[in-house]
Amino acid sequence: MDKAGDMDGRERNEAAPGRLLSLLSPVPPALFAIVLLILMPDISDGREFSFGVTWVAALGISLRFYIDGLSFLFALLISGIGVFVAIYAAAYLRGHPDLRRFYFYLYLFMVGMLGLVLAGDLITLFVFWEVTTISSYLLIGFNNTSAVARRSALQALLVTTLGGLCLLVGLLLLGSVADSFELRQVLASSEAVHKSPLYLPILILILIGAFCKSAQLPFHFWLPNAMAAPTPVSAYLHSATMVKAGIYLLARMHPILAHTEWWEWILTCTGAATAAVAAVAALRQTDLKLALAYTTLIALGTITMFLGSDASAAVAAAITFLLVHSFYKAALFMVVGIIDKQAGTRNLNKLGGLGRCMPITVIAASAAALSMAGFPPFLGFIGKELKYEGALAVASEPALVATVAVFVNAVTVTVAGMVALKPFWRKKPQQLPKVKEAPVGLWISPLILSGLGLTFGLAPDLVGGGLVEPALSAVLGIPETIKLQLWHGINIPLLMSILTFILGVTMYLGLRRLRAWLAWDFKHAPTSADQMWDKSLELLKAFASAQTRILQNGVMRRYLSVIFTTISLALAFALIHSGQYPLDYNWPQLNLKEWAALLLTVGGAFMAGSARKPLIAICALGALGVGIALIYLFLGAPDVAITQLLVETLYLVLVAAILPRLPVFNPGRKVLFRPRDATLGAVLGLLITLSLLAVLQTPLVSPTSEFFVEAAVPEGHGRNIVNVILVDFRALDTFGEIIVVFTAAIAAVTLLGHQLRRGKQ
Amino acid sequence: MEGPLALVVGILIATGVYLMLARNLLHYLFGLVLISNAANLAIFIAGRVTRAAPPLIPEGLQVPPEPISNPLPQALILTAIVIGFGLLAFALALIAQAYKVLGTLDVDSMRIAEPIPPKREKSL
Repeated sequence: MDKAGDMDGRERNEAAPGRLLSLLSPVPPALFAIVLLILMPDISDGREFSFGVTWVAALGISLRFYIDGLSFLFALLISGIGVFVAIYAAAYLRGHPDLRRFYFYLYLFMVGMLGLVLAGDLITLFVFWEVTTISSYLLIGFNNTSAVARRSALQALLVTTLGGLCLLVGLLLLGSVADSFELRQVLASSEAVHKSPLYLPILILILIGAFCKSAQLPFHFWLPNAMAAPTPVSAYLHSATMVKAGIYLLARMHPILAHTEWWEWILTCTGAATAAVAAVAALRQTDLKLALAYTTLIALGTITMFLGSDASAAVAAAITFLLVHSFYKAALFMVVGIIDKQAGTRNLNKLGGLGRCMPITVIAASAAALSMAGFPPFLGFIGKELKYEGALAVASEPALVATVAVFVNAVTVTVAGMVALKPFWRKKPQQLPKVKEAPVGLWISPLILSGLGLTFGLAPDLVGGGLVEPALSAVLGIPETIKLQLWHGINIPLLMSILTFILGVTMYLGLRRLRAWLAWDFKHAPTSADQMWDKSLELLKAFASAQTRILQNGVMRRYLSVIFTTISLALAFALIHSGQYPLDYNWPQLNLKEWAALLLTVGGAFMAGSARKPLIAICALGALGVGIALIYLFLGAPDVAITQLLVETLYLVLVAAILPRLPVFNPGRKVLFRPRDATLGAVLGLLITLSLLAVLQTPLVSPTSEFFVEAAVPEGHGRNIVNVILVDFRALDTFGEIIVVFTAAIAAVTLLGHQLRRGKQ
Repeated sequence: MEGPLALVVGILIATGVYLMLARNLLHYLFGLVLISNAANLAIFIAGRVTRAAPPLIPEGLQVPPEPISNPLPQALILTAIVIGFGLLAFALALIAQAYKVLGTLDVDSMRIAEPIPPKREKSL
């Protein structure tokens, strides 16, 4: 999947243009992190910052940023881990020909992510949300020569965009209910949102957005596939940051949308189901990276599950675990990347005995894995104790939450063993070549990250007061204090921890048998979500081609029928809507010549409609043209009548000239009467007549006409008012008309051109 | 006078639509003639018609002495007639050329731009 390692071997080039870029790459996130750290004392004191500029004033949208405890925690994680990922990527992708492209995507993603968590406006939040979607698409598909990577990238893009669209609608609804898009005002209008009838649609739409991004069931399948990305990307996006965007959204919306049964049940059940399904899947993996990907799903599910509750302990568990997870998961992904690069494989069954050759990597791996498994004195232990405490505090279903928590944590212990014990301490397989320790650029980042896990475990106050507490207060909406500590005394959480270890170690020892059993089970499972995804894409394509066959069928008569039907429906709607029933019209007396003109017209139309031979149809059209000219003549429009006669004559001449080249109507076939077309025509004709009668009932106010009549002589110096309008007042129209006729003539000559020329020869 | 004319417009539209929906392109063209005539008439009567005098001003006067017919729709129709003629002449040339190239005037068998889509193959 990950070809970066091969690339490196082939195209290593010390003077590659990306060298300086690699060296400088950790600087921007580092600077950002330092700025944030300077702000830290203020945030700890519960202060908030908000600044921005108006963006679309008419819609009340501004480009606004907002820093409180929650966004501070996320921003610090993103920029802080970003520093280590940049260092690691510089070594991992050294000499890669597309290094510049990589950094562009990575920074784009970083900016998107920071903008998302710091957004102080719902629309700003959405825009940055989509930036992370697009940049993660580019990063997952970075290795663009691989079909697997392209498929995974597209899948991630489609799933997260689907969520993004739902989120947009949800945010717009939320903004309309709260009467503002500004985050602080939305936060303040929680009560109005809860009372609104739109509460449930808002909740569901926003949750779909968050679940797609954070890969919750049933949208979880894209995350393991996203491991097609280069390892630094996996470490950053798919463990520490991007998937946490959904978590951030849940936490952000917690004060606005939580405290209802809906919120509680949807989040608790989805999170629990995701964690449990991912736990079972994680045990099956032999690819280390995939196994870690599934533990990421476990973590996301667990955090979602805890955010479902509004108990302080549960939320505290979610936030602390988020922090813990970011440290150890980024470190472990990097370790797997090192193993992959140095040993040439990350398949568990092909690895072993690396412990002696890679002493520093072992230390990093072990420290991170111990934190992941939740051993004291690592930060992971505190996180796990808090989880159990939180699970017991969940009001609705403490038993369910606690059971799931114990199970998934036990699996996490097992996977930690898989990643940190098996490759290093198992007997070295024969075919594995001699492995050297990685260069410093590779191991320094995981070492520091896992070291931080230990440091914060030993001195939890470093993160407790400055990071967790403000975030907790922001989520709960009220100032809240929490004391992180290693030793809580002998209590139920501790007993659950011990149970977890026993279960995890048992599973680790019985891994082979467990795998065999799971393999049998999965072979008999009907289908996987990934296959369903393929099937649903197939269905979508089938639907698209089916509806194209119906709508874009290429039969002109059907297109025309659709057009005429649409016009009929629109007219009928307008008539009914206007409430005017024009039938009480006062029919005038017609004199004989008027009758003659009308009958000539109507008769011509009917004859043209039913003629079997073109010549008869043309004669009928001629009669019709004369009839209409007579109508114009009798009703005070002699100019129009003359033009009509002239044009009619000219047209008949043209048709007569072309006609000999064309076949007679339906040779050898009877012209059938088409009742359906006749009905459509009759309906449309009737509706147009009625519309005209309705128009005639409204009084005519035409100041333009009056102006033309009054100004014709003094300003236009002409006595034929129609002529004055055409050549003076509206001269440009007439000019345009001449251009149209000329264009038509040129086009017609071009079409018939070579026929005419051949005729001459 | 407008009522009967509105009826005439409806009849022209009805026969025009019927003709345009035929398979033969010449029928289509004749339908187009009918509909463009109907459109002109509709503009005409929308500006109200009377048996009044044509919109002319006699020598020596600044404004017409008696009620005249509305000149504005007439100007519009004059433009419309000429442009309609351009359209029809071009359509006629197009039809002639289409017949020469495709050998048919049957619109249903003119499927070069939008070929009949193949039935979906069962993939995967």
